[in-house]
Amino acid sequence: MALDTVAIARQNPDTSQPFAELGLKPDEYARIKEILGRRPTSSELAMYSVMWSEHCSYKSSKVHLKQFGDKAVKSDALLVGIGENAGVVDIGQGYAITFKIESHNHPSFIEPYQGAATGIGGIVRDILTMGARPIAVMDPLRFGPADAADTRRVLPGVIAGVGGYGNCLGLANIGGEVVFDETYLGNPLVNALCVGVMKHSDIKLAKAAGAGNLVVLYGAKTGGDGIGGVSVLASETFESTGPAKRPAVQVGDPFVEKVLIECSLEIFAEDLVVGIQDLGGAGLSCATSELASGGSGGMKVALDQVPLRDATLSPEEILMSESQERMCAVVEPGKIDRFLEICKKWDVTVTVIGEVTDGDHLEITWHGELIVDVPPRTVAHDGPVYSRPLAEPAYIARVNAEVISPPIPKTPIEIKAAILQMAATPNLADKSWVTNQYDRYVQGNTVQSQPDDSGMIRIDEKTHLGVAVATDANANWSYLNPYEGAKLALAEASRNIATAGAKPLAVTNCLNFGSPEDPGVMWQFAETVRGLADGSLEMGLPVTGGNVSFYNQTGDVAILPTPVIGVLGVIDDVRMRTPMSFDRAGLDLYLLGSSDSNMSGSEWAYLHKMRGGQAPKADLQREMRLIDLLVKGRTEKIFSAAHDLSQGGLTATITEMVLRHHIGAIITVDDPGVTLFVETPGRVVVAVEPGKVGALKKAAGDIPLTYLGVTGGDALVVNETSISLDELRTAHTATFEKLFG
Amino acid sequence: MAIIVVEVMLKPEILDPQGVAVGAALPRLGFTFAKSVRQGKRFEIEIDGQPTPQQMAEIEKAAATLLANPVIETYVVTVQA
Repeated sequence: MALDTVAIARQNPDTSQPFAELGLKPDEYARIKEILGRRPTSSELAMYSVMWSEHCSYKSSKVHLKQFGDKAVKSDALLVGIGENAGVVDIGQGYAITFKIESHNHPSFIEPYQGAATGIGGIVRDILTMGARPIAVMDPLRFGPADAADTRRVLPGVIAGVGGYGNCLGLANIGGEVVFDETYLGNPLVNALCVGVMKHSDIKLAKAAGAGNLVVLYGAKTGGDGIGGVSVLASETFESTGPAKRPAVQVGDPFVEKVLIECSLEIFAEDLVVGIQDLGGAGLSCATSELASGGSGGMKVALDQVPLRDATLSPEEILMSESQERMCAVVEPGKIDRFLEICKKWDVTVTVIGEVTDGDHLEITWHGELIVDVPPRTVAHDGPVYSRPLAEPAYIARVNAEVISPPIPKTPIEIKAAILQMAATPNLADKSWVTNQYDRYVQGNTVQSQPDDSGMIRIDEKTHLGVAVATDANANWSYLNPYEGAKLALAEASRNIATAGAKPLAVTNCLNFGSPEDPGVMWQFAETVRGLADGSLEMGLPVTGGNVSFYNQTGDVAILPTPVIGVLGVIDDVRMRTPMSFDRAGLDLYLLGSSDSNMSGSEWAYLHKMRGGQAPKADLQREMRLIDLLVKGRTEKIFSAAHDLSQGGLTATITEMVLRHHIGAIITVDDPGVTLFVETPGRVVVAVEPGKVGALKKAAGDIPLTYLGVTGGDALVVNETSISLDELRTAHTATFEKLFG
Repeated sequence: MAIIVVEVMLKPEILDPQGVAVGAALPRLGFTFAKSVRQGKRFEIEIDGQPTPQQMAEIEKAAATLLANPVIETYVVTVQA
C-alpha cells in the first residue's frame, strides 16, 4: 500500500478504512472526520484509535473520576495533582515525593515475565518523567486459585518479571500483595507502584512551550513491539511477504532503562528540558500529542528520523509502537548540544525528530510528505466521553440478603486446626517465597518491607526523614458493597501506614474492573469512585492520581471489583518507628478497636466457599482517631509493637507477630471461634510495656481497648489451645514452597 | 543413538537485549564486521536409537512447552544421526 498522506486523504475522501478493526465505533470515526474536515490518513487513524482507546482516554471512567476534583481536599502538601504523569506531594525539608500505581494486567496474562517486567519499567518512567529519582517499587498482585494449573504458569513468571526488572534497576521492592481468587484465573492483576523523590524545584511537566524548541527522542530504538492491534494497517503494507503478524508483547531491557534513568537525571539536574514525557502506552502518538497540547499546540515531527530497530516498520506502526525505554523531551536550541553530549556520555541513542512551532497543529511528515495534520488536543484530551448506563447488578440484593455463618470451631482441637489452616491458606501464608526473589534492601534505605504493614524508606540520611507506603484492596467487601469497600480499603491502607507511626498524607489508586459495557460493572465502578472520593475527602487525604483498568474478565465473568488503594505517609524519624512485632517477653498485648461477629467477606467465610452477606460500614471518623492514636503512641513511645488486623483477622495478625521474632504469646479471648476469625475493620494489636498501660489507656480516649494477654514463651496460646511456634511456622511457611517451589 | 537438536531464537521482531549487547561489544574489541547480532539457544537431546514419529511429536510438544516460549520465540527441531 502506498503512503497515505493528507493530500491523498483530501483527494480520495471515500476510501474505506479499517476503523472498526482498530477498535473505533462508527460514531467515533465520524467525529474524527468532523474534527479534521476530511477522512483521516491511515497514520492519523492509527493515532486517534490508540489515543481514544479506553486505556488512554479514560472514556468510560472520566465522568466518574471528575469527583476526585470536585471533592478535592485542600491540601498544601499537594504540589502536582491529577492529570500529570504522577502526583507530587510535599513531605517537608524541601523534599517532594511522587508515587503512582499502574496496571499491566493483560500483557502479564499473555507473557507473564515480560508483561510484569515492562509494567515495572512503565511506572518507573512515569515517576522519572516528573523529575524524580525512582527509589522503590511495590507490586499488588492477584491470581487465580493457588492450586490451578494456569496460576502455576502465570505466578512464577510474574514474580520473576517483577524481580528481574526491578532488581536490575537497583530499586528496592518494599511490599505489595499476593491474593488468590478464582475470578482472576483468566485475568490476573499485575499492578505496580513506584515511589520517587526529588527537591521541590525539580518538578518537570509534560509540555512543549516555546516555538523553535526542539523535540528530542532518546533511549531505545523503536521496534514493532506491542502493535498487534495495528496489524490491520500493517498487513496492507506488507502483503503476504513481510512479517505479517506484529507481536502484542513488548520485551524490556532493564539495563537500558537504568542508563536512561541516570542520563535523564543528569539532564534534569542541568535544567536542559522545557518539557518531558515518557513513551508508554500509545508510544509516540501519545508523547507527541500530549507534549504539543501541553504547550501552545504547534509541533512538527519528521517521523522518518526516528531510529528504528526494524527498518520495515511503516509510519503507522512507528506511531503506535510501544517499544520500551524511550523518552521524549522538548529542549531549547541553545541547550541541545549539552543534551546530546550527556546522551553520548551515557551511550543513549538520541535524535532530534522535530520542533515546536507557533501554530496550533501537530504536523508529522514521512520523508517530506505530510501524513498527520491534527489539532493535538483532539487526539490527547478531547476523546469521546461516555456516560455508560449503570445499574445495581442483581447479585447485590441476593448476596446482601444471605446470612453468613461458617462453622465456628469450638473445642481446643478445632481451634488449633483452624489457626493452622488460616496460617497456611495461600491468601494468608508467608510470602517470603515471593519477596525473596526481590531485592528489598538495595540502596540501603529500606526501613520496612514485607511482612511489615507498610514499606518504609529513609529519604534523608542525616535527619532520617522517611516515607511509608501501603497498598490495599479488599475485593470481597467491594463485591458486597463497592462504596463501602473503597472506603474500607482506604482506611486499611492508611492504618497500615499509621501502625508504624507514620502520618498518612496522600492517596493513589489502581481501579481494576470488568467490562464498562456491562451496566453492573459500571455501577460497581461508579460506587467505588464515589466511595473513594467521599472517603478521601472525609479523611483529608488528596487523591494524587491513579489508573483505571477495565475489561478484566474472562468471557462474561468479570473479576471481583478490585480497587487497589495506595496511601503514602511521612515519618519524621524512621529510627523511631513502631515495629510490627515484639522482640521480648513480658509485654502486655491489647486490641485497639471493637469487634463484632460479622463474618461476611472474611477469609474464614471464603475458605468455606461463602461469599455473601453485608460488608462492614466504614467509620472513618473512628479510623482517623485510631490513626492519631497510633501516630501519637509512637511519638510518645507508648507502643513496643503495633500490627494491623485485616484479612484473616486476629489469628493472622497474632500469627505474624509471634513468628516475626520467635517470641510466643499467651492470650485469652471471649468466644475464640468468632473473635479469632472475624475481620471487623479499624482494629490493631499493640504490645506495651506493663509500665505504659496507664499512658495507653489515657491516650486511647474513646477507642475501645481490650486486654489480650502477654508476650513470651515458645508457643501461641489462645485460651486452652496451645500451638508451638515451630508447628505454626511450618504451617505458615510451607505453602508457597509446596505450590510453586 | 541419535541427537535431537532444538534451536530456539527470539522472533525477529522481538527485542533481543543480549544480542544487542554482543553487537555493541564486538566493535569495542576491534571486530567491525557485524551489522547486527541475535542470540539464541540450542538444546542437544540424546535418545536411544532413531526417533519414532511419536517421539518426534513429543519433542515438538516439549519444545513448545518448556524449551521455547512460543509467545516470543520460534524453534526448529532437527535430528543429528
